Amino acid sequence: MSTPENTQEPAPVSESNENAIELKEVVGLSQGQIVRKRFFRHKGALIGMFFLLATILLAFTSVGVGPIPGWWKYNGTETNLAVEEPGGRPTMHLPEFLGGSGFAIGDHPFGQDELGRDMFGRVMHGVQTSLIVMFIIGLVSCLLGVLVGALSGYFRGRLDTALMRTTDLFITVPVLVIGAVLGKITGTIPGQKNSYVFAVAMGVLLWTTLARLVRGEFLALREREFVDAARVAGASSTRIIFKHILPNAIGTIIVSTTLLMSSAILLETALSYLGFGIREPAISLGSLISQYQQSFTTRPWLFWWPGLFIVVIALTVNFIGDGLRDAFDPRQKRIPSVRKMEKAQAAARPTATTAAPKLGPDAGLGAGA
Amino acid sequence: MLNFLTRRLVAGLITLFVSLFLMYWLVDIAIDPLKDLRESTAPNKEQLIAARIKLLDLDTNVVVRFFHWFTDVLHGDFGIAWRSGQPVSDLVAHAIGSTLQLVTAATFLSLLLGVVVGIVSALRQYSSFDYLIIFLSFLLYSLPSFWVAVLLKQWVAIGFNDFLADPKFAWTTIAIVAIVAGVLWSLAVGGTAVRRWQVFGISAAATFAMIAYLQVSDFWLEPKIGIVLLAILGAATAFAIAAIFAGLHNRRALYTALTVVAIGVVLYEPMQTVFKGDIFKVGSHGAGWLIFGLAVITLVVGFVVGRLYGGPDWGVSARTGAIVALIMGAMIYVDKVMQLWPPYTKALNGRPIPTFGDRTPELGGNYWVGVLDSFTHLMLPTLTLILIAFAAYTRYSRSSMLEVMSQDYIRTARAKGLPERVVVVRHGFRNTLIPLATIVPIDVITLLGGAVITEAVFARPGMGALFVNSLDGAEINPVMAYLLITASLAIVANIVADIIYASVDPRIRLDA
Repeated sequence: MSTPENTQEPAPVSESNENAIELKEVVGLSQGQIVRKRFFRHKGALIGMFFLLATILLAFTSVGVGPIPGWWKYNGTETNLAVEEPGGRPTMHLPEFLGGSGFAIGDHPFGQDELGRDMFGRVMHGVQTSLIVMFIIGLVSCLLGVLVGALSGYFRGRLDTALMRTTDLFITVPVLVIGAVLGKITGTIPGQKNSYVFAVAMGVLLWTTLARLVRGEFLALREREFVDAARVAGASSTRIIFKHILPNAIGTIIVSTTLLMSSAILLETALSYLGFGIREPAISLGSLISQYQQSFTTRPWLFWWPGLFIVVIALTVNFIGDGLRDAFDPRQKRIPSVRKMEKAQAAARPTATTAAPKLGPDAGLGAGA
Repeated sequence: MLNFLTRRLVAGLITLFVSLFLMYWLVDIAIDPLKDLRESTAPNKEQLIAARIKLLDLDTNVVVRFFHWFTDVLHGDFGIAWRSGQPVSDLVAHAIGSTLQLVTAATFLSLLLGVVVGIVSALRQYSSFDYLIIFLSFLLYSLPSFWVAVLLKQWVAIGFNDFLADPKFAWTTIAIVAIVAGVLWSLAVGGTAVRRWQVFGISAAATFAMIAYLQVSDFWLEPKIGIVLLAILGAATAFAIAAIFAGLHNRRALYTALTVVAIGVVLYEPMQTVFKGDIFKVGSHGAGWLIFGLAVITLVVGFVVGRLYGGPDWGVSARTGAIVALIMGAMIYVDKVMQLWPPYTKALNGRPIPTFGDRTPELGGNYWVGVLDSFTHLMLPTLTLILIAFAAYTRYSRSSMLEVMSQDYIRTARAKGLPERVVVVRHGFRNTLIPLATIVPIDVITLLGGAVITEAVFARPGMGALFVNSLDGAEINPVMAYLLITASLAIVANIVADIIYASVDPRIRLDA
């Protein structure tokens, strides 16, 4: 969704004039401020950010973290709780104007499973695990990818060849397949720990795309004048890499790490669903779905909530990634819709309405396609 | 070129070897073939364990075992899956067939839909339609496929089967669907307010009429296209294809398309007799090849009709003719398959959409029953794959089209005064396909490794299922055969992608 260049520039505004307006917008701002400003202008990313933070907050405060208790009365592990609604149906009701019977949360808003366990508590534990796993995967693969990409792009030569051949190894087998084998290995580790080990293993698996991107950036940036200047001034390789080149490649790194995290949560839940990922006693959203898929006909709510949370997390992270990409893209401009431009043009110069060579309504592939 | 090929192949073989070695080692750590015995309470437990260790050669070092396995593979022996005792090559042959069925339709359809929607979305950049498509593709991209698959099973399969018990839509439902379709079309076509209303009216009315027709003609119980509908749909296709690829002013192309449709309509009745022929009867083979041959003949006929209409630009007519001919042929084929629907539903007690497997066991019946049976089994898994791949292809073709449409040659084409259709189809669309050409082979081959999750949810015995089950069953030979196939295909796909890229984009030189 990047590449928002507009070929159909409104003709009447001259090029220099437009540049001046654009510069006015960023004058006196640091790079960070510009990026932040652009990011907060991206509505999708903001909404995504809001929902992701809300999910994180909900998941971690409700059932608590480790020994710290949360505000929710159940932990999701208590069995044989009194059944509130027939069949363990959710006790959450929609408000009246949405066709419900008055808004209520009740004792088991997400329902209860066949053992009488509180589904809300279980789903919240699942969200916690999946989020932690997602962040660990993001962190590990970001560190590895940046390290490998930087070394190979900066030093080139034999090191580059060796490292790139290593990344070739990783792309010969589909990620899901190596993931399943690695997950099978980490699954033998007993206790809650297996989810962290699993996350690190997945991180070790997913760094290759980032490494390639960072390498490309480094290959281009190392030829630039400011790097020559730093080298002439006597800076060491470490200093050039970390102080001069890396900050210039930060956009690519942040954006692709974010997008990688959204695919990481899908990978983790898929593997857990297949039984090669996170296992008991740890709960992940994927393992919840695989556990409850048999009861879909009798207790569909057991199945809805975990899936819904996967979608929410993946979607919000994707939107944040998209917002970041737009924010870091220097070519990004705010472009009004065709109709708005037409209106503005019509208001400014009533005679020049046909100036913009916009795509006509009969632009091929129309109604007949 | 040859130099490039050798270099890449040698590098690929080395990568393949190393990755196979590493995977053998990892898989060996991951699986535990003695687990069931260790937990057993059999009195002769020790003996059984010793016997299995001997059977699987577990006392030997894993490196040595890998080289044993590797030399066997070089001699064409993939070993046996020890739990069932079946040779791995048989297992793989079965699995590949099932996976191919699944992957072909899914890739083709998602590519078609994804590219068309992506391009329209790019052409209408920053419109409501564009934003809708962006949101939709984000949503589909974030959907966990296993979740969607189970939802589809529940709602589409069971819901549709329930619907068939009393196949009537309420008229209000049809009206709502028609209005939604009208809104979508008017957003996609865009233009002035008047034009939007026109498009809305026409498309809503058409949708309404179509569903109403299906309802009245009892389509859900006795689906058929028939000769009348074939003529109408064919004519519509002819106009649409000619309008997009040749422009309606190109009378030769239009007449080609219409002639091809006429040939198709005339051949409809004779084809029914052909389809009753001996080769389609129970127990005979080769029907698939015959259909393939017929498809090729259809293509050639369409091409020849276009050539005969001649003119200075006969290539356009020939291409249009070939595409229309193929669509006509497909419709006649589908019509024949549909004719089997009533007995098929009856045989399955009125619940024809299955939720697992890739064929109904002990169904019997001739070639057409088999085809229909595969179709119904393919429906949901294909839909799952399409939903997810569609998102990726839409995003990809959209951004690729945006990139292309901002190039200088597009401006030049417009400046020469070419009609917008030619600019979009000839200059824009074709160049949009270049980056796609490098992605599709890799995608297809990754999918050949089995849509692991989809196959697991729908219990289709494909490559992915083979991998998952063997890994679960601690059988290293099928797992390694699977890895060998997917890894070599991945390497080949990467080389093919490079070659395609170089052949469609003359600026790239492989030998450099």
